[in-house]
Amino acid sequence: MELIYGHPKSLKPIQTKYCPGCGHGVIHRLITEVIDELGMQQKSVILNPVGCSIWASIYFDFDSVQVPHGRTPAGATGVKRMLPDHLVICYQGDGDLAAIGTAEAVHAANRGEKFTTIFVNNAIYGMTGGQMAPTTLVGQKATTAPYGRDPVEAGMGYPIRVLEMFATLEGTRYLARGAVNNAANTRKTKQYIKKAFEAQLRGEGSTMVEILSQCPTNWAMDPVESVEWVESDMIPFYKLGEIKDELQGSAVKEAAK
Amino acid sequence: MADEKRLMKGNEAMGEAAVRAGCDAYFGYPITPQNELTAYMAKHMLDHKRVFIQAESEVSAINMVYGAAATGARSMTSSSSPGISLKQEGISYACGADVPIVVINVARSGPGLGGISPAQGDYFQSTRGGGHGDYFHIVLAPKSVQEAADLTFEAFDLADEWRMPAMVLADGMIGQMMEGVVLPQPKDPATRVAKPWASGNRPAGRPVNHVDSTHLVPEEFEQANIARYKRYDEMKKTLVRYEEQHVEDADLILAAYGTSARVCLGAMQMARKLGLKVGLFRPITLWPFPEKRLGELAGKRFLTVEMSMGQMVEDVRLHTRGKSEVSFYGRCGGMIPTEEDVLAEIRRILKK
Amino acid sequence: MTEKTFMAGFGGQGIISLGQLWVYCGMKEGLEVTFFPFYGAEKRGGIARASVIVSTEEIASPLVTAPDSAVVMNMDSLPLCEAILKEGGTLLVNSSLVKVDTKRTDARVIKVPCNEIAERLGDVKFANMVMMGALSKATGAVKLDKLEAVLKTFFSESKHKFIPMNMRAIEEGAKAVS
Repeated sequence: MELIYGHPKSLKPIQTKYCPGCGHGVIHRLITEVIDELGMQQKSVILNPVGCSIWASIYFDFDSVQVPHGRTPAGATGVKRMLPDHLVICYQGDGDLAAIGTAEAVHAANRGEKFTTIFVNNAIYGMTGGQMAPTTLVGQKATTAPYGRDPVEAGMGYPIRVLEMFATLEGTRYLARGAVNNAANTRKTKQYIKKAFEAQLRGEGSTMVEILSQCPTNWAMDPVESVEWVESDMIPFYKLGEIKDELQGSAVKEAAK
Repeated sequence: MADEKRLMKGNEAMGEAAVRAGCDAYFGYPITPQNELTAYMAKHMLDHKRVFIQAESEVSAINMVYGAAATGARSMTSSSSPGISLKQEGISYACGADVPIVVINVARSGPGLGGISPAQGDYFQSTRGGGHGDYFHIVLAPKSVQEAADLTFEAFDLADEWRMPAMVLADGMIGQMMEGVVLPQPKDPATRVAKPWASGNRPAGRPVNHVDSTHLVPEEFEQANIARYKRYDEMKKTLVRYEEQHVEDADLILAAYGTSARVCLGAMQMARKLGLKVGLFRPITLWPFPEKRLGELAGKRFLTVEMSMGQMVEDVRLHTRGKSEVSFYGRCGGMIPTEEDVLAEIRRILKK
Repeated sequence: MTEKTFMAGFGGQGIISLGQLWVYCGMKEGLEVTFFPFYGAEKRGGIARASVIVSTEEIASPLVTAPDSAVVMNMDSLPLCEAILKEGGTLLVNSSLVKVDTKRTDARVIKVPCNEIAERLGDVKFANMVMMGALSKATGAVKLDKLEAVLKTFFSESKHKFIPMNMRAIEEGAKAVS
């Protein structure tokens, strides 16, 4: 009898600590499904960041390395350079990647480090309790932007479109943005992850998948409202799709068309 | 067969020693007065088909070191005082996750940007756990180019054996001066200790490895720290190293490490020629500090000489437990004490 | 035997190479050696100094504060070298550039017209080597009998053609010491 759907081998069968409606659990599942499909469970290492996903190592049934806040791409650089045949996943939130760790993320991408960054963008700091993130939308409220993000009067800056910025770097080969707010977007996101992982295993260069994710607790919404807010407010600003695809595999497919 | 004696700069000798110790990966960022070391590693690591990255910052470099070491590789960085301050976060994580790394500090004068001349103002930072949290790590203090090479070579083994960072605390003088050095023979990788805790290459059936300093349950974290401190106690028994000369009959013992100890050796020799009974006590491991031996010497008079405003002197006072009169002579800001200065201080103290 | 030498001049005079070659030869002759350079922050034309020690014993402080011998390659370096030279020490003066006499009456003063000699040999760049020949003759601390082999490792292959000239500069420097 063929098993057509089940719990991924690479994901431990335990209940997560994530809030109801949070995107991390779905994203963990997508990653582990792809790892299983690629047969890489014994040869995967995840760099789990400081933030809610600090617990990622509890859930994933493969090895991990935990680094200081924002240093995830530097740690991943060290890991991947020593284990070039492994699947190395640099799991980062928006504060980790686009605030405290911008330098590390930019330079790892620019060097064309051959790991894959999974960038979870929920436009807020989750674990520390709802502070403004570099990706918080204009007008969106946070504990440190109590009247909403105000780039002009309060000088709070503008939300950063990370992939569009990274697309200018020659070291990046594949940049795609997905979401996990509905089944269609989730399926599409899984394809992006798989494409990025496969490219990594071919040694093609820097790959990153940004995933728009819900944080109902810190957005002060219920889970249903939160998935709707991703659709109504986040996606119009953070356009979904493949922002940059310079993979050799893609070029071959393109030529065959 | 031993190598021929070579004339080398301290910075280059430490680089070559690291290569011979089997350093798999080097990550650094430019800073004077250690730049020859980074340049040496760039050339020789690449020539050996090993990993070399000039990182975008010291902060990034130390985390690359940590990531590489987390896979079980031999990994190192080098810097000088202000850069070492930036690396302290990563060193704290490496201590918290029990990851062996090698860090070389070719120290210069501080605080702040300070100057590029040699200094010993980083003693507290190095020996007290310069980052956050409860920890210590190995600190080795060479006095010559030969010892800088030997201790760098050995630092990789010690870090692996004790699962913690090993720091070589040199200074701008050790880094910049040239002396004759006989380099150690390259290490056979087969002699390395096994690292079953490392991430990656997971065999079937092995539980997952997490290289991690996270402990969100206080009860468990306390136990982990207590276990680590038991290891520290063991190290204090077995790892301590020092050199002493003429301490037994001494009326005054000079206590100094690194470059200062070289100055004190000269001052001691001059004093002995004058018939003054002066000895020399030179800690080689600054952590673990030779506290037991100082306890045995308690009662003798000490003069601690440092290129700082007085840091190691506190350890000398602490471990002679109030039984010794401990004086201090120091120069700082990049000034180096002279043998004549120290002799004058000796004569002042001994009133001769 | 311990010979502590302080070498001083301006950047570009080859003070650093002089110090390095001196200790390199000393090491090849079986001595303990230390060379500690000091230069200005400028990349060109600043001060250039070196503390250089060769000894049959373990060397204590690498910093030369009361030299047995001092090499004065230019006028600006004279006051400093005069001030620190050990009582009865040897002062080797590049008389091509240093036109005044030292105030130190206790010192053994050796004047060597390094630039003139070097120019006569073909290039002023060898002035430092002339001085090294004089230093060897005057102190006897380093014999320089292994210099030719040392130069072969010190210089890259492309510069080996200058080795004979270096050797002649050494000889001429030694001859200048009476």
